[in-house]
Amino acid sequence: MLIPCPHCGPRDLAEFSYQGDATRVRPDPASTDMKAWYDYVYNRPNPSGPHREYWQHSGGCRAHLVVVRDTLSHEIISVAFAHAGLNTAEGRQ
Amino acid sequence: MSARRATGGGLIDRSQPIRFTFDGKTYTGYAGDTLASALLANGVTLVGRSFKYHRPRGIFTAGIDEPNALVTVLKDGVREPNIPATGIEIYDGLTAESQNRFPSLEFDLAAVNQLAGPLFSAGFYYKTFMGPVIGPLKGTRFWMFCEHFIRRAAGLGRAGYEKDPVRYEKMNAFCDVLVVGAGPAGLMAATEAAKAGKRVILAEQDPRLGGSANWSGEEIGGKKATEWAEVKAAELTALDNVQILTRTTVWGYYDGNNLAAIERVTDHLPAAPIGVPRHRHWSIRAGTVVLATGALERPLVFPGNDRPGVMLAGAAERYAREFGVLPGEKIAVFTNNDSAYRAAAALKEAGAAIVAIIDVRPEISPAARALAEQAGIAPLTGHAVTDTVGKRLTKVMVQHFDAATGRLSGDPRPIEADCLVVSGGWSPAIHLASQAGGAPVWDGKLQAFLPPEPNQKWVGAGAFTGALTTAEALSTGRDAGLKATGKKASRVKLPEVAAPALDPFPAAVFEIKAKGKAFVDLQHDVTADDVRLAHREGFVSVEHLKRYTTLGMATDQGKTSNVPGLAIMADARGLPIEKVGTTRFRPPFSPISIGSLAAERHWRFKPDRLTPMHDWHVKRRARMMEAGLWHRPMIYGEPGETVEQAYAREAAAVRRSVGICDVSTLGKIAVKGPDAAGFLDHVYTNVFSTLPVGKARYGLMLREDGIAFDDGTTWRLGEHEFLMTTTTANAGKVMQHLEYYLDVVWPQLKVHVTSVTDQWAGAAVAGPNARKVLQACVTGTAVDNETLPHMGIVHGEIAGAPVMICRLSFSGELAYEVYCGAGHGRHVWEALMAAGEPFGITPYGLEALGALRIEKGHVTGAEIDGRTTARDLYLDWMLSKKKPFIGSALMDREGQIDWSRLRLVGVISLDGRPLGGGAHIVEKADGNGLGTSIGHVTASCYSPALQKYIGLALVRGGKARHGTRAFLSDPLRKRFGQVEIVSHHFFDPEGKRLHG
Ligand SMILES: [Zn+2]
Repeated sequence: MLIPCPHCGPRDLAEFSYQGDATRVRPDPASTDMKAWYDYVYNRPNPSGPHREYWQHSGGCRAHLVVVRDTLSHEIISVAFAHAGLNTAEGRQ
Repeated sequence: MSARRATGGGLIDRSQPIRFTFDGKTYTGYAGDTLASALLANGVTLVGRSFKYHRPRGIFTAGIDEPNALVTVLKDGVREPNIPATGIEIYDGLTAESQNRFPSLEFDLAAVNQLAGPLFSAGFYYKTFMGPVIGPLKGTRFWMFCEHFIRRAAGLGRAGYEKDPVRYEKMNAFCDVLVVGAGPAGLMAATEAAKAGKRVILAEQDPRLGGSANWSGEEIGGKKATEWAEVKAAELTALDNVQILTRTTVWGYYDGNNLAAIERVTDHLPAAPIGVPRHRHWSIRAGTVVLATGALERPLVFPGNDRPGVMLAGAAERYAREFGVLPGEKIAVFTNNDSAYRAAAALKEAGAAIVAIIDVRPEISPAARALAEQAGIAPLTGHAVTDTVGKRLTKVMVQHFDAATGRLSGDPRPIEADCLVVSGGWSPAIHLASQAGGAPVWDGKLQAFLPPEPNQKWVGAGAFTGALTTAEALSTGRDAGLKATGKKASRVKLPEVAAPALDPFPAAVFEIKAKGKAFVDLQHDVTADDVRLAHREGFVSVEHLKRYTTLGMATDQGKTSNVPGLAIMADARGLPIEKVGTTRFRPPFSPISIGSLAAERHWRFKPDRLTPMHDWHVKRRARMMEAGLWHRPMIYGEPGETVEQAYAREAAAVRRSVGICDVSTLGKIAVKGPDAAGFLDHVYTNVFSTLPVGKARYGLMLREDGIAFDDGTTWRLGEHEFLMTTTTANAGKVMQHLEYYLDVVWPQLKVHVTSVTDQWAGAAVAGPNARKVLQACVTGTAVDNETLPHMGIVHGEIAGAPVMICRLSFSGELAYEVYCGAGHGRHVWEALMAAGEPFGITPYGLEALGALRIEKGHVTGAEIDGRTTARDLYLDWMLSKKKPFIGSALMDREGQIDWSRLRLVGVISLDGRPLGGGAHIVEKADGNGLGTSIGHVTASCYSPALQKYIGLALVRGGKARHGTRAFLSDPLRKRFGQVEIVSHHFFDPEGKRLHG
């Protein structure tokens, strides 16, 4: 698998760490809604097809990326920085 | 006489004789021979015994598809079994053995298995060993003995027990165009791509480029095909942008056009030159792949088709033209297509007599008829071979055959022959394309599977695409090269081909149904009747058929047997072949060495991490040990001391006066920014925003699920600046953890984290005299209790180098951690040693560090093991109730506060002998010292302070067991004994000593 890092260009899978499902949302830190916490920590859909996930370019620029990947073909559909600010030119300055 | 060397011809070098040994007997071959061709040249046609029935078997192919001629090679003191003799290049001193025979190849006792035919039919293992065992044999020793014997009788070569002494290597490569296969198609594709200026890798599994050009006997561009190939190869070799890998099999096609290949670098040499690996694993990332992998010939299935002397026609042609070897003197040909006629002409030209051409078809093409004439024989059309005779072939039985109905008629008649060459048509070698994804497509005219539509970036060329003629190979090769470059106009001229105009399409005949064992899979001894049995018993899908009969599951992965097996199943089900389906091919295309996959062990790219004081430790005769990538002193042993004596002495010195320990390996992370304090409040279970500048605090981190993650001290160096320390082992994980939260969860926080582990050197100075040591060498700041209280931080200098000193203790003694720039590390360390000399300062290693922390009951990775909670470790006091933190929501779930959890305690050995880490604790021990585990020892040592063997343990119920007794149960190390369970704070539980 080749992931095109917006910083570094296309790089081999070996340079990245999988950092989990990017569709989950962390509950408010003070939340006591246990269902929301279980969903965040444990419950994962297992979609066949496009899937949003975090990959950290740990062997490169170390940015976390949101990668949309087809779980059937491993095709990379889109890549963006997880930190929204980095996706604009001003944000990167 | 049967097989022999022809008087002329072939690409072997007759001026270079080579001596080799097979089954203890010495033979001579020539440079360029394979073991198979050299054995045939010496008249050796019996080379192995079959898998289940121990039937005699001969050489069947000339390449990687070989199912029969598997041998064991003995080299460098190691036995390597199951290598096809057709792929071994001979060298002086090559030693090989046949396999699966006892006591000898000629006379094999287990051949009686043949008489027990039905016993070994499809599903034998399942029925015999998996099903209920009936009657008095059930569970008996006799039954176990039988099973052992039967399993031994059915098998391949035996591997050795010796360690493989040879080196293997890994290589990463990138190219614009990877061409797999250097036959006429591959050579054209590589030339086209190379001339367009692309970076090209051309991989060929054989030692010589040219593929079929080396045995087709055709002419290309007005030259002999083999000469044309030689010129092309030389042209490509001269180009800087082309890398040619011979003896290299591309065996895996993975995502992102990443392909795996194995280069057999020195297998063809008597000994590997120094520094040169045996095999090199290639990971190749290609822009576009040109698949020019050719086609594999299929056999026909008929009784006796496995007898030594029966061989594929294309292989026989190759032996004659490439190796100058005749597989027989009187050769019969049996075919359903035209290609075998070319083989007949080649064998005749090399000096054999063609005694018959038996063709299942009623009519044949004029080109085939012309070749038959060259071979000097009138073909027997509308005929089939129904049996073979002889231990080594002496006769074939022939009968009238109707290809449309499959019916035999008339009386069988014998034809004397010592060799029968067979062709059942050609299957494109689509394995890599199938691995890349997509389902192969059945072609009814070619009676073969064609490659799927590409869903990765590859282009097909030559016989791989089903285009079987050389002219088509050249044009599709050029087109594929052009497509790979994305260019419009070709730079390469298409050469003319002079070749007979053969009909590429075979008759749809796969099997001659007559009485006798007709083999589909020669390597696994699967017969046509086995396939039908599987059908009758309901195993009709291809995948079930494979598993039930083991068809196609041997080391050759069914290269010759897949399509015939499928055809027989289709016939049994009354369905067309395309409705029965095919299996998807998986890597590897052909067997590869485990060594090549494990090659990283021999050539690892991971760094050795050395602290700035490393050379000092070594000079001081420290015994170093690896902690992750780090090298750390274990003990600084005195002559004659045991490890235990050394660390006990070091630890005692710390408690008595003062010691010094290199702590540079602790993870260090600079946490900076206006929101740094708030961020740490989220990350740690305890509060950091209230920490004053110039003070440090011990912190604990949990995971989201409430399990303890890491601990360490964090120092507030400024309002917006912290220095976080982590355990040595978790430095990378903690860094990643922080980055994740800042990137993903709280991107609005203005915080930046930087790993500074390698920027700081650290020394822990610990013991009652630690302050005096600092007072003797620190300038620019006072270090008295007022200026530098517990958990305080000061900045100063030691011997002119700036230092940062924090008073904190892991040992429980008055202690300081002295940090300086890594470049000053050794300088500062030596200054501390000099200042400590009057107090007998003692350097201590990891073992003493461990003993000191066990005495204090401090936890490390052995207790923070990914299963324990803060409460399990009695760190409840660190869990803030004032703020949420990572893990706070889930840490107190029912299961994580259950009474029966394993919780931290201390254990003391009551028999005066050491406790072992990992040993179980049991409440009641039986006569063998065994019992139900209530927990385990996590760390143990000899405690110089208590003068006892002690340990930390995680035990069910924890504190409630203080003061009780239990048993240590360690059957692995045969260590049993009584222990007392106590508080984990063994020494100075009130913590008076660290206040000096
Ligand atoms: Zn990057």
